[in-house]
Amino acid sequence: MERIPVLRMGPLLLVTIQVDMHDKLALQLQDDITQRISEFGSTGVLIDISSLEIVDSFIGRMLANIAAMSRVLGAEAVVVGMQPAVAITLVELGMSLPGVRTALSVEAGMELLVGAVSNAAHGSEDERPQTRSAAS
Amino acid sequence: MNQLAEIISRNEDKIRAEWIEGMSRSVQRADLISKAELDEQCREILRAIVAGVKSSGPIDIVSTGWEAAREIFQAISASRARQGFTPVEVATYVLSLKQPLFGAIRSTVKGSQDELFETIWAATELLDRLALVTTEAYMTTREELIARQQQELLELSTPVVKLWDGILALPIIGTLDSSRTQMVMENLLQTVVATNSKYAIIDITGVPTVDTLVAQHLLKTITAARLMGAECIISGVRPQIAQTIVHLGINLEDVVTKAKLSDAFALALQRSGRGVTRTNGAQGKVNPVTTVLEKREE
Amino acid sequence: MNVLKRDLQHLKNSNDVVAARQKVRSWATELRFSLVDQTKLVTAASELARNALEHGSGGVMILESLSNGAKSGLRLVFEDQGPGIADIEQALKDGFTTGSGLGLGLGGSKRLVNEFSIESEVGKGTKVTVIRWR
Repeated sequence: MERIPVLRMGPLLLVTIQVDMHDKLALQLQDDITQRISEFGSTGVLIDISSLEIVDSFIGRMLANIAAMSRVLGAEAVVVGMQPAVAITLVELGMSLPGVRTALSVEAGMELLVGAVSNAAHGSEDERPQTRSAAS
Repeated sequence: MNQLAEIISRNEDKIRAEWIEGMSRSVQRADLISKAELDEQCREILRAIVAGVKSSGPIDIVSTGWEAAREIFQAISASRARQGFTPVEVATYVLSLKQPLFGAIRSTVKGSQDELFETIWAATELLDRLALVTTEAYMTTREELIARQQQELLELSTPVVKLWDGILALPIIGTLDSSRTQMVMENLLQTVVATNSKYAIIDITGVPTVDTLVAQHLLKTITAARLMGAECIISGVRPQIAQTIVHLGINLEDVVTKAKLSDAFALALQRSGRGVTRTNGAQGKVNPVTTVLEKREE
Repeated sequence: MNVLKRDLQHLKNSNDVVAARQKVRSWATELRFSLVDQTKLVTAASELARNALEHGSGGVMILESLSNGAKSGLRLVFEDQGPGIADIEQALKDGFTTGSGLGLGLGGSKRLVNEFSIESEVGKGTKVTVIRWR
């Protein structure tokens, strides 16, 4: 069965979702990510959804689950590149994904994760007050 | 009724000249259309009418034979609507063809009274129908124009401004209803992506009232922005609005709000790791005013 | 009101849900809906198709393009012969919030379309009709 590739970049995992996923593919992705985090001891997961034109409640829940599971395994997940139309629709659907960190671009997402990773390594506090957008 | 087509063709120049002259007394609008242009348009119309009558008769103007003529009428009418002719002027333009046409018919049809009546009747019916086609085209064009202007007005009233690298401001003026909020949301979010801006300041100084509905709309916008990775700061919260928000029990605890736009800007700068420093003037000269003030303080 | 075009999509497995999404997307594009409206409609279709599949044990989606005078629209009907919904009002209220609830996605979908109607009989099945006008 086709799978969405989960790439490793040092301490981070990089996932780019470009296809219209059917439910089984989405669940497989969830599995793969949690597997890899365990396997590599990854501390960050970057999920690029800039090509996703539809995020329904199922996919929304998948993203929330990935974020939550990653956290339990000691990694931070960031979802980047949500399209405006998708964001508007999700909000109208009633989903706000409060436990999911988001960023505008892969670049911004990496910055967030690298910051989180180095903080984890040095055990220091965040250099500035945790803004809500970073935490959502 | 091919007689009608014959009559027009044979007397084309005369009819056209009388038509234009008849118009100049009420409807020519030399300020909007030149004589040469007008002449050309009338020529086109007469030819189209002749072609229409010849192919499908003077009655069934919705048939394909009249399509070319209909299009000409619609185009001329639409262009006049855009130019600013009044509806009366546009309809009169067509109807004033009656007099010269009847004149030509009267001088040509020398037979029975019945024949004369029938030809004139056919002509008047034809022109009435064409006048209606023209008026309808005029109305449609005006409506399209109005719709477009409404859209522009809507867009203009919620401009998204770039304050600094990565910091946008959206000053909202007027009431926020559902359709407006949609537009505001879409505009803001698209600009966020296009400018890669992490911070968007929504200034509501110009929003007269904030009820639960407006607050909901604002919250939706903020949530959508957050899902994309941008953060919204609300500014311009007036004391009355603050009271209303509390009284209505609207929950804004996840939202950063500031009284003034400048405070919101300062916060966005700070959060993005930037600040504003004062320099001592262009050539490093000491500012005489501040020197005096400082001396006074001493 | 005229029905200009009609098509059917079976909903028997999760691939059908994807096919349903793509069909709705293609029709919505043809009808020249704005991008946001398209996204809303396709997302609603995804929710309702999935409902028919999971709660209704499979069903069918009917697409119809409509014309009502100057307006053009897209109507989607989701029919299943599943267990039906006992309390429709309650089902409509259970929109998704944090994404952890089970909800039926009905309340949410309702907000994504212009017209929404639902008929359901316990033991017989459910029929959801939605329309988005351009």
